Amino acid sequence: MPESLAITKFSDLANPTRFLGLAARILPWMAGITAILFAIGLYLTFASEGDYQQGMTVRIMYVHVPAAWLSMMCYSVMAASAIGTLVWRHPLADVSHKAAAPLGAAFTLIALATGSLWGKPMWGTWWVWDARLTSVFVLFLMYLGLIALNRAMDDPGKAARVSAVLILVGFVNIPIIKFSVDWWNTLHQPASVIRLDGPTIDKEFLWPLLIMAIAFTLLFFTLHIAAMRNEIWRRRVSAQRRMAARMAGKEA
Amino acid sequence: MIALLLRDLKLSVRAGGGALIGVLFFMTVVAVIPFGVGPDLNLLSRIGPAIVWIGALLSALLGLDRMFQTDREDGSLDLLLMQEHPLVLTVLVKCLAHWLGNGLPLVIASPLLGLFMNMSEVAIGATMLTLLVGTPALTFIGAVGAAVAVVLPRGGLLVSILVLPLAIPVLIFGVSASYAAVEDPAPFMPPFLILVAITMFFAVIGPIGAALALRNSAD
Amino acid sequence: MMRLTAENLSARRGEDLIFKDISFVLDRGESLVLTGRNGSGKSTLLRTVAGLLRPESGRVVWQSESADPGMRAAEACHYLGHRNAMKAEMTVSENLSFWKEFLGDFSGGHGMSVGEAAESVGLGGIVHLPFGYLSAGQQRRMAFAKLLVAWRPVWILDEPTAALDVSAEEVFTGLIKEHLAAGGIALAATHQPLGLENARELRMTGFAGVMEEMW
Repeated sequence: MPESLAITKFSDLANPTRFLGLAARILPWMAGITAILFAIGLYLTFASEGDYQQGMTVRIMYVHVPAAWLSMMCYSVMAASAIGTLVWRHPLADVSHKAAAPLGAAFTLIALATGSLWGKPMWGTWWVWDARLTSVFVLFLMYLGLIALNRAMDDPGKAARVSAVLILVGFVNIPIIKFSVDWWNTLHQPASVIRLDGPTIDKEFLWPLLIMAIAFTLLFFTLHIAAMRNEIWRRRVSAQRRMAARMAGKEA
Repeated sequence: MIALLLRDLKLSVRAGGGALIGVLFFMTVVAVIPFGVGPDLNLLSRIGPAIVWIGALLSALLGLDRMFQTDREDGSLDLLLMQEHPLVLTVLVKCLAHWLGNGLPLVIASPLLGLFMNMSEVAIGATMLTLLVGTPALTFIGAVGAAVAVVLPRGGLLVSILVLPLAIPVLIFGVSASYAAVEDPAPFMPPFLILVAITMFFAVIGPIGAALALRNSAD
Repeated sequence: MMRLTAENLSARRGEDLIFKDISFVLDRGESLVLTGRNGSGKSTLLRTVAGLLRPESGRVVWQSESADPGMRAAEACHYLGHRNAMKAEMTVSENLSFWKEFLGDFSGGHGMSVGEAAESVGLGGIVHLPFGYLSAGQQRRMAFAKLLVAWRPVWILDEPTAALDVSAEEVFTGLIKEHLAAGGIALAATHQPLGLENARELRMTGFAGVMEEMW
C-alpha cells in the first residue's frame, strides 16, 4: 500500500486536484485501519507477559521501536520527495517534504522520549552518548533545522528547492554520522557499549511489535497525506488572497 | 579560474581582515575554556586537542555564511552563475580561496593555542595535522550552507544550525586521530585516513550541493 | 548567422505570474527595448533571458554557426544589472582584468584591453584607483566597460543609464550602436529612450496572474 502510493505520488498524480480527490477517498479507510491495528496492537501489548528481567517497562518497546524506525523512514520519504522537487520540479513533491518534516520531528521526539524513559530504569540514567542515541539526536536536530529553514523563507517554491538540496546532502551524510559515531563510541568507551537490541526477541514479543510497527507506519502515512492535503488547501487560500489583492490594485 | 582564486584571496586579505577575525575568535573561544573548566593543567592537556578542534570548528563556521553573500550583494554572483565553467568548478575554486583565506590561518594559529593548553609536542603536531586535513571539509560542508544563506535575509545563525550536524563526523575523526597520536594503544593512521576520506568526499558533495542550491535560489 | 530566440516565455516571482507567453527573435544587429513602469516585469524578463531565473514555461535559444546546439543561451550574453558586479576593495583595473580573464571571449570576437575599455567610457585616467573611490556615475561607466573587455554577442542591459548625466548616456548609446554595427544584439530595459534607431519596442504591462491553476 505505501509503495504504490509513493509511485502514484510522483508519476500519475500530475495535479493536486486529483491528489485531493484520492486523499478524500482513502483517508477515512486508512484512519480506520490504523485505529483497528492500534487497538489490536495495544491489546496484545498489554496482554503479553512482562519480561522477567525488565518487568512492565518492556512494554515501552512497542512504542519506542516503531517510532525510531519511522523517524528514519520519514527522512527517506523526504529525500525521495526532494528528488521529485529538484528533478521533476513537481509541486506535490514540494508539499510532500514540507509536510513530512514536522511528522519526522514528532516521531523522532517520541523515540527519544520513550527511549529516555526506558533508559532510566534499565540503565539507571536518562541519557547516554551511545552511538545510536547520538545519531538519532542529530537526526532530530536536522528535522528542526529543516522546519526552521522552511519557515524562514516567504516564497514556498524557493523554500522547497533549497530545503530539498539540504535534505539530500543530509541524507548522504546520515549514514556517515551513524558510522562515525559508532566508531567514536568504540574508540573511547569500549567497555560500556550498551546494546539496545537486548536479548533476542521472543515470539511472545514479536507479534505485538510487528502489529504496532504496521500501525505506526499507517499512522504516519495517514498523517502525511492529511498534512499534504492541508498544505495544498493553505496554498490555494493564499493564491486566492493574492489574486484578490492584485485585482483590488488594478481597479484602484 | 586562477583569476577567481586570486580575486577571492585578495578580497579576503583586504576586506576588513576576515581571516584575522576568524583567528581572533578562535583564540578567544579557546581562552574562555580554562575559565569554564578551571586552570588545572593536567585536565587542560587532556582535553586540549578536543578544545582546539571545537574552537576551530566554530571559527570556521563564523565566516562561512558570507562566502557567497558578498558576491550576491554587489551583483557578481549573477555573472558567476551565467558562466558554465562549470558552476561546480567555480564553487570549488571559491571554497579553496575561502579555505586559504580563513581556514589556513586557523591551522597556523593552532600550535600557539596548543601551548596554552599545555599539550605535548606530539599532540600539538597531530592536532595541527588533523586540522590541516579536516578544515577543508568544514569549508566544503559550509559552502552548501552558504549557498542556502544567499536566499535567507537573516540566515547566518540558521545556517550554522543546519551545517553543524553535518560537521560531526569531521570533528569525531579529527579529535580521535589527535588523541590516537598521544595515547598508546590506539593507532593514528585509521582515523586519520578516514578523516582524509571524509574531506575528499565532501570536496565532491559540497560543491555539487552548493551549485545546486545556487542554481535553484536565484531570483 | 546569429540569432537569439525566446519562445513563449513565462516567469513568476513567488506565486505571482509576472508575464506570460512572450516570444521574440533577434538577429545580428537588432535590438529590443523593453519599456513599462516600475514593477512591470522588465527586470524579470531580462533575468529570465540571462538564465538567472528559470522560466515557468518556454525557453531561450541561442543559434550561431559555432555554437553547439545544447549550449545555454546565457553563455552568449553579457548581463548588466542594477548592481555593478565590481568590488569596492579592488582597483578598477583589477576588477576589469578579473572579469576579462574569468569571462573570456565568446567565439566570433575579441574584447578590448582594460585600458581601451576605460578610454571608451571616457575614464581612461583612473583605472588605478580603488573602485570604491569612484562616484556613482563613474562606477556605472566602469561597470559598462566590463561589457567591452570580454566579447559577447548579446548584451542584456537593465536600466543601463539610470542615475547618469546626459553625456554619459550619449557615450553608452554610442557604444551600444557600435556593438550593434559589429553584428551584436542588444536587449535593454529603460525608462528614458536610449536613442537607438530602428530598435524594436516591447511594452511590459506587468502582472499576468497568480499561479492559481497550479494548485
